[in-house]
Amino acid sequence: MIWYALRRIAVSVLVLVGISAAVFFLLHLVSESPGRVVLGQRASLEAVAAFNHEHGFDRPVVVQYLSYLWQLLHGDLGRSYKLNEDVLTVLGQNAGRSAMLSLAGLVVALVVAVPLGMLQAVRRNSLVDRLATGVSYVLYATPTFLLGLLLISVFSQQLDLFPAEASQSHSPWVVFTDPRSMALPVLTIAATSVAVFSQYQRSAAVDQLGQDYIRVARAKGLPERLVLSRHLLRNACLPLITLVGTMIPTLLAGSLVVEALFNYPGLGLLFLNSLQREDYPVLLAYTLIGGVFTVLGNFIADIAVAFADRRIELAK
Amino acid sequence: MTAPEIDRRPSADPEPLPAPPSARTVLSGLKRHPIGVAGLGLLLLIVAFCYLGPVLWSTNQTDVNLLDAALPPGPGHPFGTDTNGFDVLGRLMGGGQVSLQIGLLAAVFATVVGTLYGAVAGLAGGVVDGFMMRLVDVLLSVPFLFVVLILSARFHANAWSLALVIGGFSWLISARLVRGEVLTLRVREYVLAARVMGASRRRIVFTHLIPNCLGVIIVNITFQMADSVLVVAALGFLGFGLSYPTTDWGSQLASGVTYISADYWWLVYPVGGCIILTVLALNLIAESLRDAVARKSD
Repeated sequence: MIWYALRRIAVSVLVLVGISAAVFFLLHLVSESPGRVVLGQRASLEAVAAFNHEHGFDRPVVVQYLSYLWQLLHGDLGRSYKLNEDVLTVLGQNAGRSAMLSLAGLVVALVVAVPLGMLQAVRRNSLVDRLATGVSYVLYATPTFLLGLLLISVFSQQLDLFPAEASQSHSPWVVFTDPRSMALPVLTIAATSVAVFSQYQRSAAVDQLGQDYIRVARAKGLPERLVLSRHLLRNACLPLITLVGTMIPTLLAGSLVVEALFNYPGLGLLFLNSLQREDYPVLLAYTLIGGVFTVLGNFIADIAVAFADRRIELAK
Repeated sequence: MTAPEIDRRPSADPEPLPAPPSARTVLSGLKRHPIGVAGLGLLLLIVAFCYLGPVLWSTNQTDVNLLDAALPPGPGHPFGTDTNGFDVLGRLMGGGQVSLQIGLLAAVFATVVGTLYGAVAGLAGGVVDGFMMRLVDVLLSVPFLFVVLILSARFHANAWSLALVIGGFSWLISARLVRGEVLTLRVREYVLAARVMGASRRRIVFTHLIPNCLGVIIVNITFQMADSVLVVAALGFLGFGLSYPTTDWGSQLASGVTYISADYWWLVYPVGGCIILTVLALNLIAESLRDAVARKSD
């Protein structure tokens, strides 16, 4: 187990270095002269050159990248000239809120999708199954922002149940302290995920239902309830664990749209605002952190599956 | 193209490996799936609507006419007009052409690049394969939507560049799929036979490996087209879609939804319906194709 984890960590670190290089060079391609962005269109050529020289932006790209990497190793994500703040501070202020929103959406989606997928698998080809599958397909084909707007139009404008704007509070715990204002954003994130999760869970459970161990469990007279909860559930959840791991970046990207739609001050909204401000240090750090989350998600998913499924050859 | 058909199963092999799904078996497998056929019919209807529609329903889509702005559906304008006075029905057709083109172009681009990359990596094996696939891991871990946003904020987006950027980040999945497929194909007897006979790597890739991966490739291209249509829509909503006068469903929906509180429902629901139906049709087709591929290789 330990060797397996260590191997995975080593590969993850390599991938992370690769991501940082990819993102750094991409942003360099997009913005080759930060001095121009910071000082504005009216700044003289000399001033721009002086700024670039002072901050080392006139060095070769590779040197710039290496010194950026060195900064990263010291926990320094750079400085946002537009906000005149440390990037780490800016991101830290918003990260908690984004994480809570995504997490709440994920939890709601799993709570709905896992039982739904199991029910669909057990009652395969029944009316309930077909209806749920149909709804999933339509939900999956609906652009996230359209779904959110339809929810706003129904629950906020017509029924007046929930506010159309998310809470503007700066506490990350706003999902718990102000559930009314967060209901629609969480619901929007959850709805698209439910569509994917429940279909995954359904097909995994259908696969498992045909396996011998289920037949044995039934043959020895175990009540169906226990067959499902004790034997089927655990094994049918494996593909979903992997999927949730790989979906972590998608959840963040999804919340990009949702945060913009509900004006929720999280990382996604920060990213969009930074994009308009041409605040490249923030964009760089944000994209990098997205990559870290992806790698971390894959890593956790691998380890979780290894724990849940003892058959995986760990010593490999 | 004919060689793999002949050498696929040497008679000496006691347990013949299942034949990989070819393009033809996959397409004929579609017939057994009524849902896939329904999806295909729906897609054909949408394509006909976008490309034949303007012939039957010709409208002015170039001159702004503020006197006719935001008219509700009525005679002359079955779906009303938008806030620039353009006929919504005609705009749906034109925007649909752009959306379908971007989706198809991105999917084709991603599939061609991904297939070649995956086939080369899978055939090469060893260190080369390891390096090429780690590179895919790296690029897959860079959040795709962010990069597209950064690029389209800086560079002026048109249908071609948008398709290239989306395709440029979507080839990774096809590369992984095709490599996995090639890994199982490269040890088959007919590939070994071709090698023994001195076939060049290029010949092996193009006449043996890629034709036998076509099933997987076709499934993937359909899914990617559906995803591309959704990505373009999301970009439009975030304000980084195509700019005037080109329009696509995403930008139309994005500008329509700003008027949702003004009760201009005809600017939201028809175009929203078009996007949903197109993505739905493509996903239904892809799902049935995937089922056909899986059944064939079982």
